[in-house]
Amino acid sequence: METFITIISGILFSVGTYLILNKNLLRIILGITIFSHATHLMLLSINGLKKGAAPLLGENATSYTDPVPQALILTSIVISFALTAFLLVLGYRTYMELGTDNMKHLRGNSHE
Amino acid sequence: MSNVLILPIIIPLLTGMVMIFFRRRIRLQQWLTVVSMLLTIGISIVIIQQISHQGILVLDVGGWQAPYGISLVGDMLSALLVLVATFISLICTLFAFGSTDNDHKVHFVYPYILLLLCGVNGSFLTGDIFNLFVFFEVMLISSYVLLALGGKKIQLRESIKYVIINVISSTLFVIAIAYLYSITGTLNMAHLSERIATIGQDGLLTTVSLLFLTVFALKSGLFLFFWLPSSYSAPPPAIAALFAALLTKVGIYAIMRTFTLIFYHQPEITHTIILCMATITMILGALGAISHWQIKKILAYNVVVAVGFILFGVGMATLDSLTGALFYLLNDMLAKALIFILGGAIISIFGTDKLRNFSGLILFRPSLGWLFFIASLALAGVPPLSGFVGKVIILKEGVQEGHLIMSVIGIITSLLVLYSVMKIFIHSFWGETLLIEGEQKATGTNALLPGYILVTLIIGMGLGAEWVLSYVEQAAEVMTNPSIYIDAVFKRNS
Repeated sequence: METFITIISGILFSVGTYLILNKNLLRIILGITIFSHATHLMLLSINGLKKGAAPLLGENATSYTDPVPQALILTSIVISFALTAFLLVLGYRTYMELGTDNMKHLRGNSHE
Repeated sequence: MSNVLILPIIIPLLTGMVMIFFRRRIRLQQWLTVVSMLLTIGISIVIIQQISHQGILVLDVGGWQAPYGISLVGDMLSALLVLVATFISLICTLFAFGSTDNDHKVHFVYPYILLLLCGVNGSFLTGDIFNLFVFFEVMLISSYVLLALGGKKIQLRESIKYVIINVISSTLFVIAIAYLYSITGTLNMAHLSERIATIGQDGLLTTVSLLFLTVFALKSGLFLFFWLPSSYSAPPPAIAALFAALLTKVGIYAIMRTFTLIFYHQPEITHTIILCMATITMILGALGAISHWQIKKILAYNVVVAVGFILFGVGMATLDSLTGALFYLLNDMLAKALIFILGGAIISIFGTDKLRNFSGLILFRPSLGWLFFIASLALAGVPPLSGFVGKVIILKEGVQEGHLIMSVIGIITSLLVLYSVMKIFIHSFWGETLLIEGEQKATGTNALLPGYILVTLIIGMGLGAEWVLSYVEQAAEVMTNPSIYIDAVFKRNS
């Protein structure tokens, strides 16, 4: 199962990278979202998916699943959620102000 | 256990949150900002005194012992940086009172400055590497808002790039933390250092450390600084001064912390790479600074040169070079805030930042001219000022350690820095006076009070270098001997 998740995460990384290298602003933002999803999947699989019982719910099990990666993922998801929302608003506002969503036209000097 | 460590984080956070409810009461917001920053400065002085008498302070948040909980660790390095960072924020806020327009003030510029300060102080004080990521994000999110606030075309254009670059580098930061956790099974920095010392820093860990270096280099503008000059010239002058003095410095702090505490076992790989990157940064930054004819761009490239010079000291990683690097870092925060504030005032007087359109300001604003002259000398490191001491220590150590070429490059680039700021000085203050009273776009007088305070401090820090160095040396001692830090976190022998 870990192998499967790792491969999926790798595919998502390459898709995200491809989209980020695009010139269209919206695609870049989507690429960043996919990139962060790939990171979260990687975090999930990095210490094994389910190696034992849930921690803290009893003391009888011989092994427990490591709860730390899940806590990290939760924090990271919240942050990337907020950032995606902010980026979408910023991208929309930029598009309305500057009239373009092409990064090639956002290089600078022409508006100064 | 000392609860005082949480205060520099929580005071700005709470004040910033409360101020959001008083959106239209600008006078009240200004008072609250100043009071909370003064309080934070007072507390950080208390922290520094306690550290110098009792050694490193540790606070296990929530009572969870390290390494199971998150600990806040205040050693001299973090405490000094917290003090200077809070002080710079106060000065920049004072400058912002007069220099930002009303639109900014109604749209939460003061709360965001405080939240930025909360993130900066948190990054300095935390002892947990994932917590460092979280505080980085607190700082960066506030900086995104501050950069975009106002919604001018240039601001929106530059914030899009700034945000995208920083989001990607933050994602890389999480990936690096994930690798590190899967190898060592811990996130507490002291525990990480201990585990890596036990299992040895093999090729895999060195690769992870280089991933960390990439992330921090992106944040601090070390070699990967291509985003920096244009983003730092977009926001209003007070915000630009805050960014120049604080944001890249947090990245430098992160490099100092991780490469002296955690990944110090393979200096022939990691530290050599840091030194190479620092050299290229100095050269490219200096070339950028002398080639531009806009004040904002010149000053932004000066930020890059200083990053390279500080990392030259960090990369050598000896007791003396780290002392010099930290001293120069503290000086640079003051000097960069000063020169950005004065540069902002000049731009606001002329209403443009193209150097060729300037002339003859010295008759018009003599005090501004002299302040700018002293600030330029401080940037280049001319003797009675504070930049000199740090530069001398780093260069002396560079010659002794055999990095001759780098030391020569360091000296040449500081001369080029002097040339680039003198170019601003000559073009804006000398020559025929074109402006007459009443014709200028702004008076520029609001830069004088922050300017006087910072110049006094820079001269004071240069003359009282012995006294400041006694604190800085204590910080460098912890950096060269990680076991002091580790013992303090795990409360051994105390």
